Amino acid sequence: MTNVLLSAKNLSHHYGSQVGCIDINFDIYPGEVLGVVGESGSGKTTLLKNISGLLQPSSGSVKFDTRVDGLKDIYLLSEPERRLLMRTDWGIVFQNARDGLRMNVSAGANVGERLMAIGARNYGNIRNEATDWLQNVEIGLERIDHYPETFSGGMLQRLQIARNLVTKPRLVFMDEPTSGLDVSVQARLLDLIRGLVSQLGIACVIVSHDLGVMRLLSNRLIVMHQGRVVEQGLTDQVLDDPQHPYSQLLVSSILPV
Amino acid sequence: MTAISGDRKRSSRLKEKTLDGYNFAYLDDQTKRMIRRATLKAVAIPGYQVPFGSREMPLPFGWGTGGIQVTASIIGIDDTLKVIDQGADDTTNAVNIRRFFAKTAGVETTENTSDASIIQTRHRIPEVKLKSDQIIVYQVPIPEPLRWIEPREQETRKMHALTEYGVMHVGLYENIAHFGKVTTSYDYPVQVNDHYVMSPSPIPKFDNPKMDKMPALQLFGAGREKRIYAVPPYTKVKSLDFDDHPFEIESWSECCALCGSSSSFLDEVITDDKGSRMFVCSDSNFCAERRAKGHKGPGLPRKLEIKDIE
Ligand SMILES: [Zn+2]
Repeated sequence: MTNVLLSAKNLSHHYGSQVGCIDINFDIYPGEVLGVVGESGSGKTTLLKNISGLLQPSSGSVKFDTRVDGLKDIYLLSEPERRLLMRTDWGIVFQNARDGLRMNVSAGANVGERLMAIGARNYGNIRNEATDWLQNVEIGLERIDHYPETFSGGMLQRLQIARNLVTKPRLVFMDEPTSGLDVSVQARLLDLIRGLVSQLGIACVIVSHDLGVMRLLSNRLIVMHQGRVVEQGLTDQVLDDPQHPYSQLLVSSILPV
Repeated sequence: MTAISGDRKRSSRLKEKTLDGYNFAYLDDQTKRMIRRATLKAVAIPGYQVPFGSREMPLPFGWGTGGIQVTASIIGIDDTLKVIDQGADDTTNAVNIRRFFAKTAGVETTENTSDASIIQTRHRIPEVKLKSDQIIVYQVPIPEPLRWIEPREQETRKMHALTEYGVMHVGLYENIAHFGKVTTSYDYPVQVNDHYVMSPSPIPKFDNPKMDKMPALQLFGAGREKRIYAVPPYTKVKSLDFDDHPFEIESWSECCALCGSSSSFLDEVITDDKGSRMFVCSDSNFCAERRAKGHKGPGLPRKLEIKDIE
């Protein structure tokens, strides 16, 4: 029995009188990919912010298996501890790659930054790691000194992934990582994410409205509606045999009869 | 920092020498006290940028108003002031600032580094080693070394507080990636006392090693950005670098054409419109003193003639 990596208990978030998410419970185990699906306004983005340290929930707890002290509430960590966690053991891939990249420094520097942030001080080693990671995400090495501004949407997203994975995090949060990209670009990116995640054994929380993305990437699925989890289970089970009326609606709406 | 006592001789000198209708050293006492408090805090937290209520000065921002306000707050009637701009005492800016304090504070001024108790500077640290009874005041245009990569003030403060300085090395990385070496030659970032990363103001990196464990107190004033910071005497100041690209200062294959010095920062000077040029000390006082002691350089190079080029 492996240890839980991240555990959300009785998590709720309110924006004033507006509901963000209500009474969410789940655990994530090492190497597992958890999908969170729902329409916009379903609370999935609030939930992602709550569990990734970006937004403290109104109530409930988020615990992470820290390397030193085991399971700790991330909002009870000191700020330096939490920030350290965010740039070592965690990665966050934003929907808009520009939010997760530094657009005014080269691709190589974008990848190397997290290494430098945790104390890497040998240029040659940083350069080598950046080279390896650009290869891993299928970005040509001739682009290593180019600025992200000159990259296509798909390349930006792959660069953002490389920037996050370079410190070999144990958990990566992804917010609609493929939305806004052309279908063919999406497919390539999904393949890449699936390959990297399984190869490195990284646990992932992926938020998306796209059931196709979930089918391909996630092991387990949470369906959210109006701030609540209405169904959760193995991805194939939920998609092939949805139990909750809302899940049924969601599945039927994307699968043409 | 000489205390102003009620000594009669001094007060008569004050009356006699300073401008009528103005406070001693121009600033009012309340402002000076506020700036001194900020300065003391800065000294207590080496390299930390202390916000202060920067005042309007009778010259525009960019002319050293931060340094002038710091100098005005610490100067006393017994101080001797030296002002450097571009390494020289005789540039317009240096002359004006020196005259400003001569008029408003009635203090002695000097061009001789060793005779000065306060040295206000832009662009250089004197070549002569400073002593523990001296204070050097730097004029700073951009105090925040993290600003180029992080525009949000709240975030840069957090980065300083938590010593999160990885991004400073991102800057050095970019330099090496694009040019094969670190090309930053002015305002080269330093880490003070193993904590705060600090902008040393636009001095050449040649001067960075002089800041390390300097016996003199170093004060930095940024007028437009309203920040004061400091390096107390004998404090560790380290220039950032990579293990495999260690920090290096500029070097020249020539020596000073006038005084023969091979250890000072040299400026290239064009001597006529025929392409003649020579290297001379940027620290004009240092060079003059060496010459006065009999040191000689190779002098003007042979003028280039057309046939040399053909
Ligand atoms: Zn010289």
